[in-house]
Amino acid sequence: MSLSNDQILRYSRQLILPEVGVAGQERLLRSSVLVIGAGGLGCPAALYLAAAGVGRLGIIDRETVALSNLHRQILHSTAGLGTPKSQSAKQRLGALNPEVEVVAIQGSVTSENALRLVQDYDVVLDGSDNFSTRYVVNDACVLSGKPLVYGGVVHVRGQVMTILPRRSACFRCVFPEPPAPGDIPSCQEAGVLGSTAGVLGSLMAHEALKVLLGLGEPLVNRLLVFDGHASRVREVPVRRHPSCAVCGEAPSIRELVQGEEPSCASAPPSAVAVVDVRPLRG
Amino acid sequence: MAVTVRIPTPLQRLTNGQAEVQCAGQTVTELLGDLERRYPGIKERICDEQGKLRRFVNIFVNEEDIRFAQGDQTAVKDGDEVSIIPAIAGG
Repeated sequence: MSLSNDQILRYSRQLILPEVGVAGQERLLRSSVLVIGAGGLGCPAALYLAAAGVGRLGIIDRETVALSNLHRQILHSTAGLGTPKSQSAKQRLGALNPEVEVVAIQGSVTSENALRLVQDYDVVLDGSDNFSTRYVVNDACVLSGKPLVYGGVVHVRGQVMTILPRRSACFRCVFPEPPAPGDIPSCQEAGVLGSTAGVLGSLMAHEALKVLLGLGEPLVNRLLVFDGHASRVREVPVRRHPSCAVCGEAPSIRELVQGEEPSCASAPPSAVAVVDVRPLRG
Repeated sequence: MAVTVRIPTPLQRLTNGQAEVQCAGQTVTELLGDLERRYPGIKERICDEQGKLRRFVNIFVNEEDIRFAQGDQTAVKDGDEVSIIPAIAGG
């Protein structure tokens, strides 16, 4: 692959970074990221990934664009109200950078499809909005060895962590199990400042680009905590836990568990019922 | 003896809006007991009915995950900083 003149211009400001260069840019153009959720985190993250020239972006979301999304979900527009978010995202990202192949998937990540979905990408970025999805995504990424960038935002605070499966702490190593429904308010109940989601979503894109480029020190074994009240960033060291249910010494999760349907407030507590291994593509 | 406890934002409404409070105790359990005395209702948000740390909440003493130390029996001393960090699902 060699860069066209237009590509050299489009990416010139990052091409001249010694950390990127032509080799790095070509690497990005050949790489792929699955963005889970085209919401407050997924929107800014996907914009930066597309702008940077990540070759293929999968965008999965189950919802349609609502007016109450627009203060933070910056891929979508007033004209696109009612459109599936994955489609709205595809249009906007295509307009930003037509070189990027955007795969729009309308639906949810479930225990049924998660392994198959993550398999097709180099890095997974979890910007979903509920615990059920987050644990399914974590487990799918650990089981398939896929680098995962976790990010969460609520109110004016958030967290980011990069997970290199079986090499660094996973989401379950730090937070072993999801809460019961209603224990933690969702964005809908607690509210969120759009710019806070932008901070965290941008950090997630930043982490994904670092992993793809092999650049710097990703947030592995470090949970970054952003406190938007004080505009203070802290990090807490985390590490793999020997009793982690998915990446510990005697994991109880060896395949994805059925019965964890991702619905925001009405999700049942994670049912621990191991099902047969599903036939998987690829 | 005073230990600084960092309160996560959603629980700050129980601490009169304070992000950091001072509590006393020799262990994490005692510290949480003192926290509950000062700010009634806060402990049930951190611990379950059996008094065990909820599984989506983590406590760090001076940035060390207490599950790698002695859990809720982890010792705390004057000047320590304790962070209560719940997972965030929102996106």
